[in-house]
Amino acid sequence: MSDLPEVPSPANEHDKKRSAQLLTFFLDGQEYGVDILRVQEIRGWSAPMPIPGAPSYIKGVINIRGDVVPIADLRERLCLPAFEHGATTAVVVLRVRYKNRDRIMGVVVDAMSDVTTVPGEALKPPPTFHDSSESLAKEIATLEDKMITILDVDCVFGDQAA
Amino acid sequence: MTKSLSDIQTELLGTFFEEASEGLQQLEAGLLALEQAKSADPDTINDVFRAAHSIKGGAGSFGLNEVCALGHAMESMLEDFRSQRVAPNRESLAALLEGVDWLRNALDARLAGAALPIAEIEGFCQQLERLRGASGVSAEATPVVAAPRGGAFVVEFLPMPRILESGNEPVRLVRELVRMGHATVTTDISRLPVLADIDPTLCYLGWHIELEGPEVSATAIEEIFSWVDTDADLQITAQTPVEPPSPSTEVQQVAPAAAAVAINPAHEPKPPTAAPLASDSRAEGAIGSIRVGVDKIDLLMNMVGELVITQSMLGVIDDESRLDSRRIEQLREGLGLLARNTRSLQESVMRLRSVPISIVFSRFPRLVHDLGQQLGKQVELKVLGQTTEIDKTVVEKLGDPLVHLVRNSLDHGLETPELRRAAGKSEVGVIQISAYHHGGDVVVEVRDDGRGINRERVVQRARQLGLLGPNEAPPEDPIRDFIFAPGFSTAASVTDVSGRGVGMDVVRRNIRALGGDVFVETAVGKGTCISMRLPLTLAIIDGQIIRVGQHAYVVPLLSIIESVQVEPKRVSKFQGKRELYRLRDKLIPMIELGQVLGLHSWQHSEESLMMIVEADNAPVGLLVDELLAQQQVVVKSLETNYDRVPGLSGATILGDGSVAFILDTTAIGRLVRGVPGNGAHAA
Amino acid sequence: MAKIMTVDDSVSLRKLVASALQAAGHNVSEADSGQTALSVAQTTSFDLVISDLNMPGMDGLTLVGQLRKLPAYRSTPILILTTEMDPLKKQAAKAAGATGWLVKPFDPAQLLATIRKVLD
Repeated sequence: MSDLPEVPSPANEHDKKRSAQLLTFFLDGQEYGVDILRVQEIRGWSAPMPIPGAPSYIKGVINIRGDVVPIADLRERLCLPAFEHGATTAVVVLRVRYKNRDRIMGVVVDAMSDVTTVPGEALKPPPTFHDSSESLAKEIATLEDKMITILDVDCVFGDQAA
Repeated sequence: MTKSLSDIQTELLGTFFEEASEGLQQLEAGLLALEQAKSADPDTINDVFRAAHSIKGGAGSFGLNEVCALGHAMESMLEDFRSQRVAPNRESLAALLEGVDWLRNALDARLAGAALPIAEIEGFCQQLERLRGASGVSAEATPVVAAPRGGAFVVEFLPMPRILESGNEPVRLVRELVRMGHATVTTDISRLPVLADIDPTLCYLGWHIELEGPEVSATAIEEIFSWVDTDADLQITAQTPVEPPSPSTEVQQVAPAAAAVAINPAHEPKPPTAAPLASDSRAEGAIGSIRVGVDKIDLLMNMVGELVITQSMLGVIDDESRLDSRRIEQLREGLGLLARNTRSLQESVMRLRSVPISIVFSRFPRLVHDLGQQLGKQVELKVLGQTTEIDKTVVEKLGDPLVHLVRNSLDHGLETPELRRAAGKSEVGVIQISAYHHGGDVVVEVRDDGRGINRERVVQRARQLGLLGPNEAPPEDPIRDFIFAPGFSTAASVTDVSGRGVGMDVVRRNIRALGGDVFVETAVGKGTCISMRLPLTLAIIDGQIIRVGQHAYVVPLLSIIESVQVEPKRVSKFQGKRELYRLRDKLIPMIELGQVLGLHSWQHSEESLMMIVEADNAPVGLLVDELLAQQQVVVKSLETNYDRVPGLSGATILGDGSVAFILDTTAIGRLVRGVPGNGAHAA
Repeated sequence: MAKIMTVDDSVSLRKLVASALQAAGHNVSEADSGQTALSVAQTTSFDLVISDLNMPGMDGLTLVGQLRKLPAYRSTPILILTTEMDPLKKQAAKAAGATGWLVKPFDPAQLLATIRKVLD
């Protein structure tokens, strides 16, 4: 075995990566995270105004201090079963980049979790056999007691014909 | 303490450039008019002369010697026209138009602090001189030089009695003389009458002055008396032998043409270009003297937006709370005042940023003229709606697409005079650029009476480009669908003029980036009209709030014709599907607004109202549940964070903080009529 | 020191003259046309008027003629600003009643030296 060439293992590469600072939240019992630098604010849920002709996971727009901001249902976007909004439901307002422009949008989550820093070596690329949620997952953070799926916020909008 | 000339010049240079720019436009317009008219109109010649003269004079005063030299060369030629020594002809007018370009070039270079193409400018001035020489008028005589200095003189100065009437004060003149050197002055009072007979408005005195000094010369002395030499007996006698004084009595300014040759050689001439670039990539001209950062304006506009929202919030409180009648009265007064303040603030802020579209249109007469000549086509340019106001940022981005469309019309749309004649049309093609407000948009159109766009050729080309399969049936409106595809020109050959990769696709992309869209109407043999529709950036519009189902929407007041209660007996079905409403003598298509807005469970009820609105000059009736308040709303773009939504022209925030969409009635009308063209299909 | 009125339709040139005069301590008023200058003159008297020759509407010489008709301006110094002064122009200026002229381009020192001929 020792005379086989050293294949650079993912673990080796990731050792050199920097740690990630995340805001984490829960969706359908799983924990997800986004780059903290992309988070503008966290709000409670309020009924958005539906947009005619929008993809179904875009529930509408709300008013955030005078800005008209689209709200996406992240459960639906990740093909998770729908869930009643409850007391813990929150909207994470993100700065995303879509079609070469910076925009603000909100995503609906079941509950907030934490702000956490994940060391570089815990970060791995997402597995390839998942369903459509893989298109949003940037990385997986494997910690002692849990797994956090890190989402690429710029992909939330997805490929809509607009 | 005198400010130095350069200090003052620097302060005022910006103002001068603005004036010169306007003057150049007048000059150019006048020259174009002269070219097109059969006979030379003396008034036009005068105007053109004056414009050149002013630019020359101003440039000289500001030390812009090369501009002054150019202006002078052109002025000389124009003076020949003015005095009717020579009549203007094609060659001379073309040369003068080139001169305008050189002037612009030089002024722009000066403004930007860039190097000036001095050699080319001089060359051009010489060319003008040659043209003038060729028509039999000699070049101007070069002026005299200064006379020798130093000497002693005796000056006999006997003013005529009426000299004071010209405002000249002989005593001061004598004083000036004395200042030049060492002088002995004797006053001649021989003509002085007795005190009682003295008329204070007349001068009775004379002077005998002996003057000597290193600065003294006959010319200098004559200079002092130059204003009064016809109002006085003046004798200047030299005491020491000096060279005879120069023949002319004044020291003239060295002619600017000579100055041009002596221009500071430290300026490096740019590599020679055959002729200066004609106007189209000129920097946008300054509109006024105040420059305000656009970010400050944006801030102001947001403030105004907030004010409007606050005002409507107050309006809500007014409705809801229980206040005593006095408080209510005060509240009402306060609201009224707030409304007035908001309106005037809104108006002044919007005026700060709106500019008339003439800024963009002004380059077209010249462009069309030059291009027409280049392509051998006769064109008449009509420009309408120059005063239409449009946001400054939109104006800046409108220029290039507009230029492309006009070039397209000229190049591909209009036929050559022979073809036009053969088609029974006038040899002179017409291109019309127009701008007008429509609803919350500005519409800018380029219309020509040329050959139109051939549907078959479009389909062919689409197949060539692979946009349409060889056996695929073309869509209903292939022109609309394909003409904006990249690389799509149907012209047999791509001329240098418009085929340079700035295609219709770029035009549409640029317009869409501004939140607008481009539409094409064409008829083979008759012509084409391309219209660009652009939203006004911050619109505060008067809107009618309506309720459809659970939600509130806003319809721009400008689009509303009238609202009626639906009477079932007036409703008839057309082809089993469409419902039409008989209103007086018209049949109006009824639109289930709820359905259009994606509220699929919505159905109109007995109480539904029909709001009749404008849609492409064909009214449609929108079925709504309730009419709510009329108020001013701030238009927020949906595209900032989301995307364009067909049928909506934006969103607004109502007094209760909720979001309401603003309906684009024209788009809704088109959607329902099945006339796509507002992004209803994928881009 | 002196009250001076400058008349020129070109803002930049008018201010060029006004600037130089103000820097020397004079009190300068500006008129953008012959018409404006004339109506101002009906109610205000100046120690000196400097006017451009070529202006749209009322030109410099016409203005001089009109000013001279006003009693207060019968012998007020009035100077014409012009780009060149050939004998014909000179005659016309004098005939209209102008005191003298200033040839452009000039620098402030020249301007001030010239007006010393008519002002203290």
